[in-house]
Amino acid sequence: MIQLKVNGSARKFDGDPEMPLLWYLRDVLDYTGTKFGCGAGLCGACTVHVNGEAIRSCVTTMKDAAGKAVTTIEGLGAKQEHPLQAAWKQCNVSQCGYCQSGQIMQAAALLKVKPKPTDADIDNAMQGNICRCGTYQRIRQAIKIAAEVKA
Amino acid sequence: MNRIEHVSRRGFLGTAFGAGALVLGVQMNEAEGATPNWMPSVYLGIEPNGTAVIVAHRSEMGTGIRTVLPMVVADELEADWKRVRIEQAIGDVKYGSQNTDGSCSIRDFYDAMREAGATARLMLEQSAAKKWNVPVGECKGQNHFVVHAKSGKKAGYGELVKVASTLPVPKKGEWKLKPESEFRYIGKEMPTMEQADHTRGAGKFGIDAKMPGMLYASIERPPVLGAKLKSFDDAAAKAVKGVVRTATIDAFKPPHNFQALGGVAVLADSTWAAAQGRKKLKVEWDLGPNGSFDSAKDKAEIMAKAMQPGKVVRNIGDVDKAFAGAAKMHEASYYVPLLSHAPMEPPAAVAEWKDGKVVTYAATQNPQAVQEAVAGAMGIKKEDVTCHVTLLGGGFGRKSKPDYVCEAAMLSKTVGKPVKVVFSREDDIKFDFYHANAGMYMKAAMDEKGRPTAWLQRSVFPTIGSTFDASAEYGQEFEMGMGWVDLPYAIANHRAENGPHKNHVRIGWMRAVAHIYHAFAIHSFVDELAAAAGRDRVEYILDLLGPDRKVPIEPVGMKYWNNQQGQDTYPVDTARLKRVVELVAEKSGWANKKPQKGRALGIAAHRSFLSYVAAVVEVVVDDRGRVTIPRVDIAIDAGRIINPERARSQMEGAAVFGTSLAMMGEITAADGKIVQSNFNNYPVARMPEAPLMTHVHLVPSNGLPAGIGEPGVPPIAPAITSAIFAATGKRIRELPIRKTKLV
Repeated sequence: MIQLKVNGSARKFDGDPEMPLLWYLRDVLDYTGTKFGCGAGLCGACTVHVNGEAIRSCVTTMKDAAGKAVTTIEGLGAKQEHPLQAAWKQCNVSQCGYCQSGQIMQAAALLKVKPKPTDADIDNAMQGNICRCGTYQRIRQAIKIAAEVKA
Repeated sequence: MNRIEHVSRRGFLGTAFGAGALVLGVQMNEAEGATPNWMPSVYLGIEPNGTAVIVAHRSEMGTGIRTVLPMVVADELEADWKRVRIEQAIGDVKYGSQNTDGSCSIRDFYDAMREAGATARLMLEQSAAKKWNVPVGECKGQNHFVVHAKSGKKAGYGELVKVASTLPVPKKGEWKLKPESEFRYIGKEMPTMEQADHTRGAGKFGIDAKMPGMLYASIERPPVLGAKLKSFDDAAAKAVKGVVRTATIDAFKPPHNFQALGGVAVLADSTWAAAQGRKKLKVEWDLGPNGSFDSAKDKAEIMAKAMQPGKVVRNIGDVDKAFAGAAKMHEASYYVPLLSHAPMEPPAAVAEWKDGKVVTYAATQNPQAVQEAVAGAMGIKKEDVTCHVTLLGGGFGRKSKPDYVCEAAMLSKTVGKPVKVVFSREDDIKFDFYHANAGMYMKAAMDEKGRPTAWLQRSVFPTIGSTFDASAEYGQEFEMGMGWVDLPYAIANHRAENGPHKNHVRIGWMRAVAHIYHAFAIHSFVDELAAAAGRDRVEYILDLLGPDRKVPIEPVGMKYWNNQQGQDTYPVDTARLKRVVELVAEKSGWANKKPQKGRALGIAAHRSFLSYVAAVVEVVVDDRGRVTIPRVDIAIDAGRIINPERARSQMEGAAVFGTSLAMMGEITAADGKIVQSNFNNYPVARMPEAPLMTHVHLVPSNGLPAGIGEPGVPPIAPAITSAIFAATGKRIRELPIRKTKLV
């Protein structure tokens, strides 16, 4: 039996310990804000926080998530909207919107360690998150607005 | 359960519309005697509480169309945008075409949306006039109220619904469109409806759709197009925990059209279990004739054919005669590989077969094609297929082809439960309808100023026509119409040709379609000619375009496709193309940014989807040969633009999409099988590789609306290679650019 916390709630899981966290979140808990994009840690669409760090839930097994605290996009601004969520709206970042949960979770982890990121910091942190619609310049702009650094 | 709510299930239309009916006037609520919702048009209804419900009949895949067409309705209705709710239509012919591709939603439905809004506004005004016993001409719809200025009377739209629903729907000519000066939303910057949802992960996509009791399917498909299942062993697959059963899907009958490819499916109680079970399948295939398909050989064949005379598709003057007497000649060949769409959300659908009917929730660009394809697969009427359209996590043309919905429906019939099909990324890359690989041969004779006196162009590629006719080998009218038979330059002798080629994989349209390879060849060649002449590229392009005029396009043996529009309404207008070239040159600072070693600008200008686009790309090539793009400028004349904010975002996205295909995109096959599988070996632009900043310059216009979603793409690749040449002296004639060493 695997025990973990998801968005603040205690959860128990007795299925395949090798199952990626992504499918537990999506198929079992119905937290569908976390998206499947590649299944191989290559695109970032499935990014969630585990113990505060951004990870790819498509290559993180339930076994590895045991005993940890998971935050998904649904949990990020549950109490109060995250500044990134406000900035995303201000910049109208989304086109199709599919990758944006992962983008925001990745950016949120960045701002935790680098509250005032440079362009290079942003490139570095965000290069694992693909947006096929091509919203990168607005993502960068929104991160800067949320971090209150000069665009 | 987190389920997608849809128009016909829970929403307004579910109670207001009878199935398949063209509804005008009143429809009753489910609750007898309640004040009726009122539907003056298939696109619009008003609830008794005053909420205006606008039907989005086109698919939302990121262009913003689900917001932008309703803006037009709301404007003519004089609706308060805060009191508008948008509902997604199911697939139904009553809406007209719902095929959301070809960059034509605004062009084809701008008038219809205005009519819907204006009709309803007049009926509300008539209702108020009746109520107040005043002439209707004195009543005016204004921001969700009808007001009578003389008496100061005012009534909300909701209050007027009951009376309005008893009135006959006015005929054309009775309602009046608003003057442009009174536009409330058209032409204004408005955020799309889904922005907030997408920051909370609340948008519902095809992959998020669920049906009670559904099974998850993972399908082992034939690895080569046309391969047949010889045998399979599913014992180990069925032993995987969570796997319920396996099921076969019959192979398609040629032409493949949008049919399921066939194969063996593993059905399980979770996505993960289905995928694990599939890994344990042992399947043997008879690969068939496409089993020897090899991309290196295919490319060589295409390039050889490009050197042979092809079918003439446009002919002006006498190219051969001009070539014979020419002092200066230039020739070049270009190649663009197969490409995959790779939308972030792979193809996904859930479907249920029940009592001879199918209900599906699908990420689809074309719900009516879903109805037709699924009906064909199941042997039922298309009216018996109900297709709910979810949000699409990108489409780019892939999701116009509903093979994945057919799979879900066929499996549901076999297993007796709803079935969800989600392509893995490997499935998506390996079982796409690929953007065609193409070879182009170009040859020109020049005068003493380096201006062409004769120009020959020849293209060879597997046609999209092969999807619908297995024997098709020549470019179709629409492919030839995409930047090939419509060369707008003032050249006395010009011939365009097309050579035959057989497809060995499924070929399909991808964002900007044949314009991608045609534009790459034509504008690369223009760049080469300008360089050979030692002339400024902007000045050279303007010279080539010649005097301001509308160029009559008269192809040989076919009509000029022109996006199915007349040349009287949407002519090929050199003045408009010149204007975007001049605009982008000015805004990019072209004149003051002369090429330096390792840093330079490139330019290309192309008309597509009836819009005129010019792009300037700045590249930096470092001493290791790594290319970065600090800046792109795009100027577009797309006629009237409804929401400039979304037009800009589409151009920004097109710059990234164009960068991906120019720099890194390549699909190849060996032994008939696609080699690439995921984003590691089919890379697309990531943040550091994408243009750092794209500046978009919209030409103000009240002309007829033209395309937005695709036209930004074609000029990007040739503008990048133009810039790389200026920065390094290296001429790149084959995509992707990453295959060429730059230092």
